[in-house]
Amino acid sequence: MPAALPEPLPFEQDIHELEERLAQLEATAAGPDGVEAIRRMKRELLALKRERYAQLKPWDTVLIARHRQRPQFLDYVEMIFDEFVELHGDRAFGDDRAIRTGFARLDGQKVMLIGHQKGKTLAERQQCYYGCAHPEGYRKALNKMKLAAKFRLPIICLIDTPGAFPGIGAEERGQAQWIATSILEMTRLPTPIVCVIIGEGGSGGALGIGVGDRVAMMQYAYYSVISPEGCAGILWRVANEETKARAAEALKLTAQDLLQLQVIDHIIPEPLGGAHRDPREAANALKATLKRYLRELLPLPSTLLLQQRYEKFRRMGVFLDGPAATTGLTPATANGNG
Amino acid sequence: MTSERVKRGVPEGLWMRCPQCRATVFRKEVINRWHVCPECDYHFAMPARDRIAQLLDEATFEEWDAELRPCDPLGFVDRIPYHQRLTEEQQKTGMWDAAITGKGFIRGRPVVLGITDFAFMAGSMGSVVGEKLARAAERATQLRLPLIFVSGSGGGARMQEGILSLMQMAKVSAAIARHDAAGGFYLSILTHPTMGGVAASWALQGDITLAEPGAMIGFAGRRTIANTVRLELPDNFQTSEFLLQHGFIDRIVHRKDLRTEVARIIDYCTTA
Ligand SMILES: [Zn+2]
Repeated sequence: MPAALPEPLPFEQDIHELEERLAQLEATAAGPDGVEAIRRMKRELLALKRERYAQLKPWDTVLIARHRQRPQFLDYVEMIFDEFVELHGDRAFGDDRAIRTGFARLDGQKVMLIGHQKGKTLAERQQCYYGCAHPEGYRKALNKMKLAAKFRLPIICLIDTPGAFPGIGAEERGQAQWIATSILEMTRLPTPIVCVIIGEGGSGGALGIGVGDRVAMMQYAYYSVISPEGCAGILWRVANEETKARAAEALKLTAQDLLQLQVIDHIIPEPLGGAHRDPREAANALKATLKRYLRELLPLPSTLLLQQRYEKFRRMGVFLDGPAATTGLTPATANGNG
Repeated sequence: MTSERVKRGVPEGLWMRCPQCRATVFRKEVINRWHVCPECDYHFAMPARDRIAQLLDEATFEEWDAELRPCDPLGFVDRIPYHQRLTEEQQKTGMWDAAITGKGFIRGRPVVLGITDFAFMAGSMGSVVGEKLARAAERATQLRLPLIFVSGSGGGARMQEGILSLMQMAKVSAAIARHDAAGGFYLSILTHPTMGGVAASWALQGDITLAEPGAMIGFAGRRTIANTVRLELPDNFQTSEFLLQHGFIDRIVHRKDLRTEVARIIDYCTTA
């Protein structure tokens, strides 16, 4: 029995068919001719994949980031860390299953690990609200991050959320308040913070655990101020396949875009076609980046660390300064990134 | 000149209709009452310039960073290109962008004041709003002055500046955190509406949080919530009164009392 093929995305139909034919061939072909046929088909498949994945549209990237089989927080915990001592308490309301927090060891280095969990089975997804956290999730994360700072454990945040949960209870319990508090405190927690968007970086729900000394993205993750659906609904009044794709394009939400806009520091490469095609390879790349960042950050004295963190976010944004040009705006000369 | 939008078929002119009590009211009277409905006390959105006049002692406002102007880093196009939208909003409001910041006095007390104006792209935060507020917070720290932000923002983040807009939340928060660490006082005043990313950052990071009556304040939009949970939303959901009841606001203050109230609170929160 060959390994099950990943569920194909809309732009992968021909790749999927070729993969199926290859699997069939591998199961039935024999002799030197068979080996040669398999080799030829593998070459063909690789060429097709390379071509296809080199020209993904932003919306395609969103679909990969949301792929049901994409590795999630707990998968990376399993593949990367030596242990995970989960801590559940937010000290006020309840245990939000959309954000997990706890001690972990990264090749012996003790860390505080924070991350969104979306869930795999239907039951788990419902329990995790599909990765949409409530105020108690942000409060729990902040509580554990403060604990980490007390003992100067570095903090690793793995972000994967469509957004903070939009619900009655969430508003009653202060969704905006707890994201605001978490963001503010993260700007000044005196311990290294590394954030990686591993799948979906949905707006304030992502930024709520997304302020760090280093912020990286997995290659096919996205990070956006609003979901393409939400954006399409507002701008074109209807979210269909066409407007969602246009919104994804306009929002500049891919890792490549964010690197160009100087919002992230690094893109962590994924296996061709996405992390779900080879979770182990994706985990290795993520691990290497986490270790490198901790090596860079751990020796820094806290004052320098915080100074650099401040400047990192202080620089973000693009605008014009100085006396206005005589005729309107001249965006070409604009750069607040200085 | 005011920037009140035309409301539900009542032409901009002598009369306007109150969206709360539906009464047709004399525009001038509303403006004279700091944009509050004479019939039902509904607080209309207030242009930033009028807000300055309402809060600060006469002719004490010294504007900062008036030359900061937005541009279009994403080349964003929706129904019209963002740069064209900016030009239209600038012509409509006479402002470069949605925020005004500066220094002034409230009943003789020096303060740093930042205001987002709903009239400019619903008071949404782009790079200019973030930069102005961050600079204002930094200068408040340097000058050891109380910092006051008056927020009014429909959607919070400005979609047309994409992720850069989201990052303004972190940028302003960082400056407020420093102001706090230096012992500075920050008073946040929430006006209708304060939603999304603005609520989820500087608007709810005050040492003291005040709100005008009946303001809509929250994270997610009503429609999004209704579509997600498919339940009837409580009547006062996401209002100032709702937030007060749930412990997120210190006081609800009528606009006519705001100046006195702010002055009174500042006196408790200065070490001088
Ligand atoms: Zn009225």
